[in-house]
Amino acid sequence: MTLARPFRALPAATPQILTFVLVLLANWAVFPDFFDLRLQDGRLFGSLIDVLNRGAPVAILAVGMTLVIATKGVDLSVGAVMAIAGAVAATLAADGQPLPVILAAALSVGLLCGLWNGLLVAILDIQPIIATLILMVTGRGIAQLVTEGQIVTFTHEGLIAVAGSALLGLPMPVVIALALAGAVAALVRFTALGLLIESIGVNRTASTYAGVDSRSVLLAAYGVSGLCAALAGLIAASDIRGADANNAGLWLELDAILAVVIGGTSLFGGRFSILLSLVGAFVIQAMNTGILLSGYPPEMNLIVKATAIVLILVVQSPAATRLKGFFGPKGGRP
Amino acid sequence: MQASSDPLLDIRGLTKIFPGVKALDGVDFTLRAGEVHALLGENGAGKSTLIKVLTGVHGRDGGEIRLAGAPIEARDAADAQRLGIGTVYQEVNLLPNLTVAENLFMGREPTRFGFTDRRSLRRAAAALLKDYGLSVDPDSTLGDHSVAVQQIVAIARAVDLSGRVLILDEPTASLDAGEVVVLFDVVRGLARRGIGVVFVTHFLDQVFALADRVTVLRNGRLVGTRAIGDLDRLSLVAMMLGRELSAETLKRHRTGRVAAEPFARFEGYGRRAWVQPLDLAIRPGEVVGVAGLLGSGRTETAKLLFGIKEADSGRAVVDGRPVRIASPRVAAALGFGFCPEDRKTEGIVGDLSVRENIVLALQARRGWLKPLSGQESRAIADRFVKLLDIRTSDIEKPIRLLSGGNQQKALLARWLATEPRFLILDEPTRGIDVGAHAEIIRLIERLCDDGLALLVVSSEIEEIVAYADRVAVMRDRRLTGVIEGDGVTVDGIVRAIASEHREAAS
Repeated sequence: MTLARPFRALPAATPQILTFVLVLLANWAVFPDFFDLRLQDGRLFGSLIDVLNRGAPVAILAVGMTLVIATKGVDLSVGAVMAIAGAVAATLAADGQPLPVILAAALSVGLLCGLWNGLLVAILDIQPIIATLILMVTGRGIAQLVTEGQIVTFTHEGLIAVAGSALLGLPMPVVIALALAGAVAALVRFTALGLLIESIGVNRTASTYAGVDSRSVLLAAYGVSGLCAALAGLIAASDIRGADANNAGLWLELDAILAVVIGGTSLFGGRFSILLSLVGAFVIQAMNTGILLSGYPPEMNLIVKATAIVLILVVQSPAATRLKGFFGPKGGRP
Repeated sequence: MQASSDPLLDIRGLTKIFPGVKALDGVDFTLRAGEVHALLGENGAGKSTLIKVLTGVHGRDGGEIRLAGAPIEARDAADAQRLGIGTVYQEVNLLPNLTVAENLFMGREPTRFGFTDRRSLRRAAAALLKDYGLSVDPDSTLGDHSVAVQQIVAIARAVDLSGRVLILDEPTASLDAGEVVVLFDVVRGLARRGIGVVFVTHFLDQVFALADRVTVLRNGRLVGTRAIGDLDRLSLVAMMLGRELSAETLKRHRTGRVAAEPFARFEGYGRRAWVQPLDLAIRPGEVVGVAGLLGSGRTETAKLLFGIKEADSGRAVVDGRPVRIASPRVAAALGFGFCPEDRKTEGIVGDLSVRENIVLALQARRGWLKPLSGQESRAIADRFVKLLDIRTSDIEKPIRLLSGGNQQKALLARWLATEPRFLILDEPTRGIDVGAHAEIIRLIERLCDDGLALLVVSSEIEEIVAYADRVAVMRDRRLTGVIEGDGVTVDGIVRAIASEHREAAS
């Protein structure tokens, strides 16, 4: 019997879930109060909630990045797009524009950036790493132009609520990240988009010859990635109540790529799982938080992160799969 | 040519077990010095495993290998080469960006004061190549030469390095007829020098043209070894398949009628630097074969008609309406389907499942907003797996794990699921074992009888004769003529291709 599509990722998900649990347990070991939650003013507080809240921007980036990587591409510009969207939002907020206008403007800018990347990749056939590098570099310049070189701050209640409010006891960024991941996962799995993305990622020529509209699918993937980046940028701006064109989202594209890789999507394209990318993003944040809580110098963070990533990749590597063949049933991936 | 009777290579009871499969089960094989020994079998029979064990790529689980009487055990390919066993694969394993001479002596260049001595390198290369009747400049870049020349350079290197046993693994798969002749001369020359040649191929004609003896494997077991004189085509095929195949399976039993009105008509249809303008009409219920030598523009024609390359001259009329076929997507919407020659890079989507590969074209046509439900897509896949007898343990298995013949059937299923009206098949039987080969040909005939229009490109002329109503002959990227009716014979087609050649030479 074959499993229905949404459940198919489950057997393959074991390393990610296991890693997440291990990292959480490690945090608990160095900081016994780690799992403590308390309810105050209808909001949950605690280290675990912090992990989810802090991890939300990368989780949101990872959602879009998953689609792009599944097409055998990569989007290096998401950090810069965060900065642009944040700059646009902050400038409009400082100007006193209503929240719907701010959201619409920032998201449109993000979508536009994504479509620009998609245009370079799908129509002009430029390699994704180069195509998105262009916006990665110029994006911060554009963001600075928007803020006219200043750090723009605002006191706009509506925009502050994007990161500052809570829903069902959870911080709004966590709600946004989960809702977005759920929505995009539903979009790709309940339409044929998921199949077409995987097909293009594995073999674009063959897919095109089979009549797949590869260009539109690629445009859609990069467009979604741009949208996700804008959303993450909004949260980042709302969080610090301002826009810092130089530092907003800096290096987060790398965390997003890492999250996707930890989530088991191959950089060679093909099979992907948005929900596992989300787990990947939270694994990264849990490690960050763990280092902070343990009192180790933050410099250790990078080394611990690298070690954990090496471990995960080794577990996922073909060599490990061969080894597993001796112990368990064959063909973990259907 | 006369082979001595002492075995040069003697394999006894060779056994190789992969997890769950006995890939070789007590296989015996002897190779005499100076003979060309064809190794045959369907895909999965154990040919590649035998060669890989022999050349040290795989270890063995039982049996004995003796070379000139002494037991050997190659640790890796380089070790096998040192022992005297050289291998040349279908895809030439050389460096196309280096010169011919550098490729021949890579890793053992003559040196002078620690530097490569280019002069003696060139001289040695020229001397080596002379033995092969190859008049190429040793300083020319290897990649600039045809595959045949590269193949011969690879052979020259292998023989020079090892010098006792030469294994040729499907050396002719990407060569045209003229190049095959040249290659065969080289191989015969080597046999005369006392080298034992093991020759793996899918082309039975080539076995009869070249081999002295034949060994057939099936399911990892030895079926038998025969002298070529004791065999005819049918008995050889029967050995490979393990069943009798009557000659009449090759003949076409027509039941359907060819419609009078063409489904698609192409007039002055061409593209610069791709295919010269051509006129061609294809009617429902007929098979149009496309014949020609390698590089004559067969594949280019197929890709042009399917919109992979857009035409820049002429017009296309489908169902009486002029159309512009700008992309495969447009072609598919018109009811076209296309199975490419290069299955691996242009046909299958390797990591996706058999089911996903089968529904891909249908899903692409419906658009992403109208997904086939899991149930629907499983039903479609199951139906075609049964209908075309696609052998797979599970429709959720990645298609790359299937054999070539089953991949080809899945690609056919991909298009049949879209209920096409015109199928373009480019080399549908290339690299497919004999059993699946016959099945695909029968399938082509059945589809044609069902009223489909088919255009089939093939380099196997007997095959074209077996199913084609008309044959378009190509040369130098130009359609030079269409043979119809009684003219569709091997002789007629070969003559049509050849006469054009003479004309070109004069």
